[in-house]
Amino acid sequence: MGYSNKVVDHYENPRNVGSFGKDEENVGTGIVGAPECGDVMKLQLKISDAGVIEDARFKTFGCGSAIASSSYVTELVKGKTYTEALDIKNQQIVEELSLPPVKIHCSVLAEDAIKAAIKDWQKRKDGAASVAPARAAAK
Amino acid sequence: MSRTVYMDNHATTPVDPRVLEVMLPYFSEKFGNAASRNHSFGWEAESAVDHGREQVAKLINAKAKEIIFTSGATESDNLAIKGVVEFYKDKGNHVITAVTEHKAVLDTCKGLERNGKAQVTYLPVDRYGMVDPGDVRNAITDKTILISLMYANNEIGTIHPIKEIGKLAKEKGVLLHSDAVQGVGKLPLDVEAMGIDLLSLSAHKIYGPKGCGALYVRSKGPRVRLTPMMDGGGHERGMRSGTLNVPGIVGLGKAAELSGAEMEMEQGRILQLRERLREAICTQLDEVYLNGHPTQRLPGNLNLSFAFVEGESLLMGLKDIAVSSGSACTSATLEPSYVLKALGVGDDLAHTSIRFGLGRFNTADEVDYVAERVVHEVRRLRDMSPLYEMAKEGVDLKSYQWQRE
Repeated sequence: MGYSNKVVDHYENPRNVGSFGKDEENVGTGIVGAPECGDVMKLQLKISDAGVIEDARFKTFGCGSAIASSSYVTELVKGKTYTEALDIKNQQIVEELSLPPVKIHCSVLAEDAIKAAIKDWQKRKDGAASVAPARAAAK
Repeated sequence: MSRTVYMDNHATTPVDPRVLEVMLPYFSEKFGNAASRNHSFGWEAESAVDHGREQVAKLINAKAKEIIFTSGATESDNLAIKGVVEFYKDKGNHVITAVTEHKAVLDTCKGLERNGKAQVTYLPVDRYGMVDPGDVRNAITDKTILISLMYANNEIGTIHPIKEIGKLAKEKGVLLHSDAVQGVGKLPLDVEAMGIDLLSLSAHKIYGPKGCGALYVRSKGPRVRLTPMMDGGGHERGMRSGTLNVPGIVGLGKAAELSGAEMEMEQGRILQLRERLREAICTQLDEVYLNGHPTQRLPGNLNLSFAFVEGESLLMGLKDIAVSSGSACTSATLEPSYVLKALGVGDDLAHTSIRFGLGRFNTADEVDYVAERVVHEVRRLRDMSPLYEMAKEGVDLKSYQWQRE
């Protein structure tokens, strides 16, 4: 399949896998993609009141490139302000991971995940409900 | 395990050392052209080809003269379908096949539809991938000239009720072609008892060399005619011109002979190995689904969907194990397997499927190793999977509003 070394590294040693506690303060959650498409990314950002991203967690359902893209993103955003993070473009991810054309959509999804997480954090700050999944009734 | 474990025997198989051994003299020693009538090099090659023909015929209870050698099953499928449609065009132009056929059959049919030479009915399958003979019966019209149905499916292993359909075809005066690539040498196959008129098979699926296959063409009851695709010399009774691949044919013949002789014992052993693999995985992991029929399936085939884990990422984790996700033939596209889709498996589960293909050279140690690695990788990926997390929390993934962009 010819994955780049960086993709393999992120796959075998993913950074910041996991989830923040459900009731943790200052966490924005973004869930993008869909199971039928074969790619779902959940990105959580812990953002201080000053707007600095202090920590990040991810979980991804998807191919090696998707996992690597989201893992890399958690490293990329730490220490940035949320406005800086909103400026992150998928091309940075493509270059860092040497993604082939057929896997570029993974980097786009990762960029979307950042935006979704920040949007959710802003909503929460403003008092609206989080986009994180609520418990559903029996299936 | 220092070497990569090969468990993808539906894609191809290694050449059995016993097959390689008998092939070798025919490259540089007995290298004659089987059509050279006038010297011992030719006679020697011709004799080897005759022997190969008999060995293949014996495996399927056919007559030697009914075996035509080709470059492989794809060519055999093309020749069978195009050849019949062209030859019998005054009788009719309707072909019946199924949505789960190999691309060699499906694309051939689509090509014939595109150039107006045939009308094709693609029958659906049930959730196990099996065709209903009742559907075949209902689809037959007075213009139907051919039914093409594979014996066993390469992705999910499901075995079709060919004997029943063969009987139906005879009753209705329609020819039956079967792409038996995955079934030949693994399951008993008798073209007479099953009412098969044309049959495709391939050497490299039964521990023979790549680049050699055969097409069985019935000579009596009825005599089947074909318009050839390859012109030039009239080899193979005018049905397939071109110098015969003598070493390939010698290999195919030997592979056929070995498969026939060792079938019962080997398939019993392989079935045990498959069940060992299945049990090890399914007792240690939850949310694992079998694709294909539970019992009417090829002994060596195990196709499992691991919910909440994407197939390509799982393959990446199993980098020292050779298996496939979906069909090897469709891996060039990014689409989930069309065969799984035909079973009604949702796209999300189709993306999570892995096909294990056990074969002659797999061992119990390998099975245990693969089971252990699969369980380990699936658990690791599920820990990383937002879907598994959501499912465990009770979220109904089917009704959740996914943000697609």
